[in-house]
Amino acid sequence: MNRWIRTGLILGACVMSAIAVLVLVHSLTQKRIENTQQKWLSDSLYALLPEGPFDNNPIATVKWLSVAELGSSDPVPVYTVYQNQTPYAAVLTVSTHDGYNGEIQLLLGLNFNGTIIGARVTHHSETPGLGDDIELRRSDWITGFNKVSLSTTGNNDWTVKQAGGKFDAFTGATITPRAVIQAIHRALQWYEVNRHLVFTT
Amino acid sequence: MSDSPFTQLWRSGLWTDNPALVKLLGLCPLLAVSNNAVNGIGLGIATLLTLLVANTLTSMLRPILDNAIRIPVYVLIIATAVTVIELTMKAWLPGLHASLGIFLPLIVTNCLIIGRAEAFASRNPVRDSVHDALAMGTGFLWVLVVLGSIREMVGQGTLLDDVELLLGEHTRSWTIQLFDADYGMLVALLPPGAFFTLGILLALKNCSDQSTVLMKEPLRWLRRSFS
Repeated sequence: MNRWIRTGLILGACVMSAIAVLVLVHSLTQKRIENTQQKWLSDSLYALLPEGPFDNNPIATVKWLSVAELGSSDPVPVYTVYQNQTPYAAVLTVSTHDGYNGEIQLLLGLNFNGTIIGARVTHHSETPGLGDDIELRRSDWITGFNKVSLSTTGNNDWTVKQAGGKFDAFTGATITPRAVIQAIHRALQWYEVNRHLVFTT
Repeated sequence: MSDSPFTQLWRSGLWTDNPALVKLLGLCPLLAVSNNAVNGIGLGIATLLTLLVANTLTSMLRPILDNAIRIPVYVLIIATAVTVIELTMKAWLPGLHASLGIFLPLIVTNCLIIGRAEAFASRNPVRDSVHDALAMGTGFLWVLVVLGSIREMVGQGTLLDDVELLLGEHTRSWTIQLFDADYGMLVALLPPGAFFTLGILLALKNCSDQSTVLMKEPLRWLRRSFS
């Protein structure tokens, strides 16, 4: 019996020391991890917004919307900026499952009037070497959306060139770019009608 | 052989009992993460550190751990070490952390680590266990790096792509572009390429072991080859 108590105490001591180490490391790194993530988010947001300064910090005034047209059934963050108290620009989180493999997530920066400032893929599992040209670090394909809006690009143009559309596809991969094009088109159409939802305070 | 025990530990970790090439342990992360050299270095170092902590603590706790709680304590030690490494990497190397993804926490399940704790550190003094961890970890690391470099070169024609994730922005120019990525063999970057490359490495290792026998004892080699 005595032996079992001793064993239990040793196990308990081990668990306690493990917890102590983890608490210590967590408290040392937590601040830095939050800062890194914040910085990463604000870097990606400001790359998709027009020149500042703005009245507000888009991260602090984030809104969560649940919109089927943006590709997700869960609420997704929508970032807005105001200049002189008037709505100025927004960054939408858009996702699609029409890609080759799993979900593709994008950030889409729009002027108030619905012209794309820029788009960036933030997460995807497309085939490396083929589908990952949607990432800016692989190819500048995604910058083809800059300055595009529903008025510059008609409904039939929102597909790859092979299908009579306006956008390039990559060699050997049409599914991935088509999914991104359609997701952005859907988001723009939704924004055109529901702008007031984005900019309500 | 008149080698010191440490030389023997190192030789077995790096070559004769190499965890990846001979024991074939921890193949899941080995194959999944080795799509470029930098990922290989990152995961290799993380595994090495975990192994070092696990072996050292296991060996130190040897006198007080009895059989009933031995395995749970190993798992506890390994999980704690991995979590510490993960948090540290998330704070200081967020890019590398994102690129290793789920395979960093999955080091916990790498059977190499619990295998060394159980098979070696639980039976040997601390100093030997530290040597064993360093040798085995380095053995795993070099195979990961070689595998990653080969796949990266064949697949996208680069070497040390993304090195800035590991060593900071100023090393971005270290990336070597051997040929244009369009001419790469894509399959090398995909999971089948990992198996092909590992297979080739295993064959080369066996080949070189055989040729050692061939040089020293041709008769034994003949007998072995035709039996």
